[in-house]
Amino acid sequence: MSEEIKVEKVMDLKGMPCPMPVVKVSKGIKEIQVGQILEAVTTDPGALADFPAWARTSGNEILKTVQNDGTIRFYIQRKA
Amino acid sequence: MKESALQVEKPEESPESLRLKSFQDQIDEIQTKLESMSKAAPQNKLSMIVFSGDLDKVLASFVIATGAVAMGMEVVMFFTFWGTPVLRDKDKEAGGKDLMGKMFGTMLPKGACSVKLSKMNMAGMGTKMMKSLMKKKSVASLDQMIEMAGELGVQIYVCEMSMDLMGFKREEMIDYPNMSFCGVAKFLEEAMNSKIQLFV
Repeated sequence: MSEEIKVEKVMDLKGMPCPMPVVKVSKGIKEIQVGQILEAVTTDPGALADFPAWARTSGNEILKTVQNDGTIRFYIQRKA
Repeated sequence: MKESALQVEKPEESPESLRLKSFQDQIDEIQTKLESMSKAAPQNKLSMIVFSGDLDKVLASFVIATGAVAMGMEVVMFFTFWGTPVLRDKDKEAGGKDLMGKMFGTMLPKGACSVKLSKMNMAGMGTKMMKSLMKKKSVASLDQMIEMAGELGVQIYVCEMSMDLMGFKREEMIDYPNMSFCGVAKFLEEAMNSKIQLFV
């Protein structure tokens, strides 16, 4: 499954607490083209609620969320 | 009889054209209403009053402000009263102050690095502990948050009346990219056009 997602850019946000992950991702998504995918890796449990909320308001789409050993990976497609 | 007489007098005003005219009037009215509504509709903006000068409250204000920019909002912060000295630069001095101004200048925190917790300060020990804990947990310091807000384009307004009251001079404030000085009307104008308004 994960092979199908072609990631353009990876952001390592491990160890960063609120509000850094969302602030960084909102900057990072602008560095890829519309339609491309950003992979964001975070250890902030709050991101599970924050990232979907950010994606909904900013009009981007989270294609997949993978939780593994305290890290959370978001695959976000730039839509706008 | 009456109807036909009317028709004779104004032959162009057939029932159809009358109906069309009333439609046109209604459309015009809707258009005017829509225009005034879209003018009054709040923008995707957050305006916040930072009244407090406590480390915890000001930090929370900047977390919300930077988060709101990430959510695609425009952010405006108004610093007034105890919030004003937080924006002083610790390395800058301003001369020409009267006695009261000097007293306020000495007694109030000089910049973001010298603000205290609103609770559990314990003569400065609590604040010191909180700061080291924040560092350990890699929570951004207030100075870093202010710098980030500047980079993200958060607009800061400082209350002119508070500045004057406490004897602060513009030249002793931090170098912040989008900072200006204003009164209550500017805040209210921004607040009227904002989806969210907060008072901290």
